[in-house]
Amino acid sequence: MLKTLRKIASVGIVSEPPPHADPLLRIRSALDEKIRSVLGRALCIRHVDAGSCNGCELEIQAITNPLYNLEGLGIRFVASPRHADLLLVTGPVVANMEMALRRVFDATPNPKLVVAIGDCGCTGGIFGESPACPGSVRACLGKVSNVIPVDVAVPGCPPSPVQILAGILTAVSNAGGAASGR
Amino acid sequence: MPANRWWMRAREVAGAPKARGLALSQEEWTQAAQDVAAAGGRLLALWAARDEGEQSSATIYAAYWIEAGLLLTELAIAPQGADARYPGLAALFPSASRMQRAAFDLYGVRATDPDQRPWLRHEPQGYDFLPVLGEGVHEIAVGPVHAGTIEPGHFRFSVVGEKVLRLEERFGYAHKGIEKRFTQVPILQGHRLAARVSGDSAVAFSWAYCQALEGMAGCPLPDRAIWLRALCLELERLANHLGDLGALGNDAGFAFALAQFSRIKEELLREIERAFGQRYLFDAIVPGGTRTDLSEQAAAALTARIASVMGEVKELRAIFDEHSGLRDRFTSAGILSPALATRLGVLGLAARASGQRLDARVDLPCRPYDELPPTKVVRTEGDVAARVAVRFDELAESCRLMRLMLATLPAGAHVTAARMPESGAFGVGFIEGWRGPVFVALEAGPGGSIRRCHPHDPSWQNWPAIEHAILGNIVPDFPLINKSFNLSYSGPDL
Repeated sequence: MLKTLRKIASVGIVSEPPPHADPLLRIRSALDEKIRSVLGRALCIRHVDAGSCNGCELEIQAITNPLYNLEGLGIRFVASPRHADLLLVTGPVVANMEMALRRVFDATPNPKLVVAIGDCGCTGGIFGESPACPGSVRACLGKVSNVIPVDVAVPGCPPSPVQILAGILTAVSNAGGAASGR
Repeated sequence: MPANRWWMRAREVAGAPKARGLALSQEEWTQAAQDVAAAGGRLLALWAARDEGEQSSATIYAAYWIEAGLLLTELAIAPQGADARYPGLAALFPSASRMQRAAFDLYGVRATDPDQRPWLRHEPQGYDFLPVLGEGVHEIAVGPVHAGTIEPGHFRFSVVGEKVLRLEERFGYAHKGIEKRFTQVPILQGHRLAARVSGDSAVAFSWAYCQALEGMAGCPLPDRAIWLRALCLELERLANHLGDLGALGNDAGFAFALAQFSRIKEELLREIERAFGQRYLFDAIVPGGTRTDLSEQAAAALTARIASVMGEVKELRAIFDEHSGLRDRFTSAGILSPALATRLGVLGLAARASGQRLDARVDLPCRPYDELPPTKVVRTEGDVAARVAVRFDELAESCRLMRLMLATLPAGAHVTAARMPESGAFGVGFIEGWRGPVFVALEAGPGGSIRRCHPHDPSWQNWPAIEHAILGNIVPDFPLINKSFNLSYSGPDL
């Protein structure tokens, strides 16, 4: 126990200031600015892996580490879409996840935001979009917005934790305006 | 040793060291599998291929890991209509079952084994889970969307109270059509797709792919490139082990562990980015060598970082060892006995925690591991505590290796011009990633294309082991037990 406390004391607080929102990442402005200001940054996120290679998940996990300290911003991950304000979706969306992704979207209460993460979530990325041809099964449906509406898209393979954070903050910031500091 | 007669007959295959292959008749296919099983060999991968066209013939492949090396067997299946079946291997190698079902979903070739349920192909009418009947038994369905930030998959628990009577896994939710996608990518670009088969094993898969490709094309690598690749592979191992150790502490209710290990991992990733230009080394390995060189300054910074990681991990390990709450949760949770691990053909880190003395870096070393041999880390308890201990020990061993690699980094070029293999050339790659050995089988098509490529993740073999390790444990221990294996979904979902 002493060793644990000593370690906590010696490391201290390592959190860094968050990035600014980036209006260029916004691809759709469905939420009323008034609602966005009410929501503020007390935000609950549900992550959905719709078929990724797991690279984006590693960087999404990183934003909860002490250096990026997502929870210090009032933002946290929740265990159910029913508790969530924002869906963080990695792609490409594969056929076997299409129904699950639609159900998660429907289970998330309004008003809701969707942030697509990574090149695959934005465009289908390296996996692309399987062509539709009669008689064969399409494995890969491509970008997230092919299946559910997307508000903010964060490219990168994988995007860095700072880029992911900027994407989340963009989704909840007022159009053009920066989210306030920590 | 009857397995050796197949080895003697087989011809050398390009790429991975000590790889040989041979085409077999249907009787020989079964006999070879029996001989390999009798000699204690492992089924490394089973996959199929079929050329485009309605009545095309198909081929089924099995790769075995035997004492002499990698033995690849192939069986041609004539187009005989929908009833044609090849002899299944599930009775000898239980892990073959899901691979055979996947091969049917992708290429329409059927094995004779009884389980014919679809695996990668999800039918709208659902899936027949094996029901458990009896008083008080109920089912808990989990996934494909999980409560944490992890990949998609489905777990069906049959429980009484909180005790697990049976777990059945249902995967394929991350099936992207990777094998098909490979055929649309130029062969000199395929390493980028290979790196994204399972993102946490990017170096292992892209190296295995390049090993196959360079072997096929006859492209010898400069020493510096070989050393840098191994450095990248050990950095990948280190980063993943750090992440897992933090997550395992957290899953046992010790949030301090997650905070500290995730900080150390983040500092390491930033050091890797300064050295190689990427936090995760998705594009570090390229045909002919590595994408970037390592400056002297970056090498010194990496050496210092590795020493500081090692120092901190030592401190944290002492805290883990003294923490009665962690000991209580880790010890005897999720036991996979050595006998069962052998029977199921488990591979990699999880196998070494259950007494399996298998490490491709030692048993079938490619360069530079023949000159810088790691010490095998083996435990026999097979519980969560053993898988934690193997991670701690392997992490220390990786740090020792990396310091050696950095100290002995050869001068010269980090990359040489990539060569194009001839159409029809075939090669394999075999690299011990952090989770276990990854295997790639690659065949060149005309004009710099890929005719077929099968990337194989060790999670194929290891997922069924979790169905056994969980038995008799309580449902709330599942996240901890599952994390202690930390298997890939995307990798085997292809």
